[in-house]
Amino acid sequence: MSAAAEKILATTLARVVAVERETHDTFTLSVTPVEGEPPEPFQPGQFSMVYVFGVGELPISISGDPADTERLVYTVRSVGQATHALVSRKPGDVIGVRGPFGTAWPVKEARGKDVLIVAGGIGLAPLRPVIYHVLRNRDDYVRLIVLYGARSPRDLLYRKQLAEWGRAPDTQVLVTVDYGGLSWRGHVGVVTTLFRQLRLHPAETVAFICGPEIMMRYVIRMLEARGVAPQDIYLSMERNMKCGAGFCGHCQLGPYFVCKDGPVFSYRQMQPWLDLHEL
Amino acid sequence: MSEPDAKRGTAVWVSRAGLNQLIANLKAQGYQVVGPRIADGAIVYDAIEGISDLPSGWTEQQEAGTYRLRRRDDDALFGYNLGPQSWKKFLHPPLLRFFAAERNNGELRILPSTEPAPRYALLGVRACELAAIQVLDRVFLKDAFVEPNYASRRRDLVVIAVQCTRAAPTCFCRSMGTGPAVRSGFDVALTELGEGFVAQAGTERGEQLLGSVERAPADEELIRQAQEAVEQAAAQMVRRIETQDLARRLQEALESPHWDDVARRCLACGNCTMVCPTCFCTTVEDTSNVRGNRAERWRKWDSCFTESFSYIHGGSVRTSVRSRYRQWLTHKLSWWVDQFDMFGCVGCGRCITWCPAGIDLTQEVSKLVASG
Repeated sequence: MSAAAEKILATTLARVVAVERETHDTFTLSVTPVEGEPPEPFQPGQFSMVYVFGVGELPISISGDPADTERLVYTVRSVGQATHALVSRKPGDVIGVRGPFGTAWPVKEARGKDVLIVAGGIGLAPLRPVIYHVLRNRDDYVRLIVLYGARSPRDLLYRKQLAEWGRAPDTQVLVTVDYGGLSWRGHVGVVTTLFRQLRLHPAETVAFICGPEIMMRYVIRMLEARGVAPQDIYLSMERNMKCGAGFCGHCQLGPYFVCKDGPVFSYRQMQPWLDLHEL
Repeated sequence: MSEPDAKRGTAVWVSRAGLNQLIANLKAQGYQVVGPRIADGAIVYDAIEGISDLPSGWTEQQEAGTYRLRRRDDDALFGYNLGPQSWKKFLHPPLLRFFAAERNNGELRILPSTEPAPRYALLGVRACELAAIQVLDRVFLKDAFVEPNYASRRRDLVVIAVQCTRAAPTCFCRSMGTGPAVRSGFDVALTELGEGFVAQAGTERGEQLLGSVERAPADEELIRQAQEAVEQAAAQMVRRIETQDLARRLQEALESPHWDDVARRCLACGNCTMVCPTCFCTTVEDTSNVRGNRAERWRKWDSCFTESFSYIHGGSVRTSVRSRYRQWLTHKLSWWVDQFDMFGCVGCGRCITWCPAGIDLTQEVSKLVASG
């Protein structure tokens, strides 16, 4: 057996070096391998299989800066037993990571264009590496537009960063929430309502979308109505995953294994299947 | 023997004593010989010490939802077609420990499984089952990644195929293009005729295996009889699937009302996926000891018929039985073609026999295609 083949299923021990509280239920963990080499480089949109001792293994998108070669960063929302165990890790704790797996947002192909990011909820996490990448390679892109929707103000991720990004040149960050509450002075409504505030150049735009499927479907409709071509729209799909390598079969979606053919798909690939109920 | 170029060497006659010797030789070489034997009212695949373990004089009666062992008029060793188990239980075991882990003072240690993979010699592999192994090879060895556990069991595998000389009413290998004649992927192919076998090697190792047992030249007449016996099996086959354009036609039938019809009968028990020789899906289970300092991670066969199979936060993607049956059938006969350039069905008919509701894949496919 070649070393590479063995590695697919072998987890690498990694030490938690920082835990940041993003919201009441979401935390960002930074990890570095316990010994030896720095982590495998990743591309924006890829994920790791993250193992928590005795609890299980989860597919988690990498939410850090791809230029940071020292650490792997995961933003995790505590929604079940395994994610709860993961966000409960403290600095110094050791977890296991495999990967990175999956396809990436096509940041190279988007060069010379406007990059439009549309995210819902935790869906901003797999898109943050794109924002890091665009801001770091600012001259390669024209405008950076981030549309971000969350349930309520207390569910907004990366609030400080959102403000910072909004101040960057040629960058527009629009945030909305479903329920504002009394102290919220920002926009209220689903993420598609933000399109009214936008002047899109459809032929010069590449759109990256990640969020609940229903949200992605509406965003795609909005983009199509505004003339963005299906091949310029990309989305990240979520399915149950046990292995990350196409062996366990859980992540199938029509002809695809989301773990290796995705999670990032062009809308052209996903178009025939996206509206089929329970596919 | 329809494609002589796939086989090496000349056909020889091997007696039952010769087959017994072949089993003994394989065991002497360190192989675990597994083959058909009777257990729990069925023919199953398990460890074989010699030909006395084989289901001499037994056959089976199969129909949708029916399987019964029956006595034959003779004492044929391979006078049956297929039991519930397939060889995937050896190559892709139903339960496998990935690793154990220990935790002491927050430090984690992974203890990988160090047991060497068993070296198997499979005895009695049918043509459809050879095709199924080739399907698993495609999935686990020839895609983006190599599955190391399968690879280690597959690497040194010895395959003694046995051609079918009868077909069960549930068989449809002929229409899937996988049998009943074996074509490739075996070390030795046997065709049982009376008190012995017409044997042919498919590999150099097969030649060595045959060279080490008592044998006689097989004359034209014996070779012709073996060929006719296999043709007889082909002629007996009643079920079929029309594969022409099938992958596309099923995709056009994704919203067919016939899925609801199947769903009313399907119990979503997953039997079809367990007996299927190509269903490869697995889940993982984590266990820990009471002290909380040792954990294990096990891989288990899983079935797309369970609701939890497609669970993501917020609920399962496929909650209805309709959608789960659709996933299974379209995966076998449509998506598999997109994914691996082949069907995920080899026509063994086990899913028909072992369905407690007697759902017949071949019938459902023709109704779906007609409705699409």
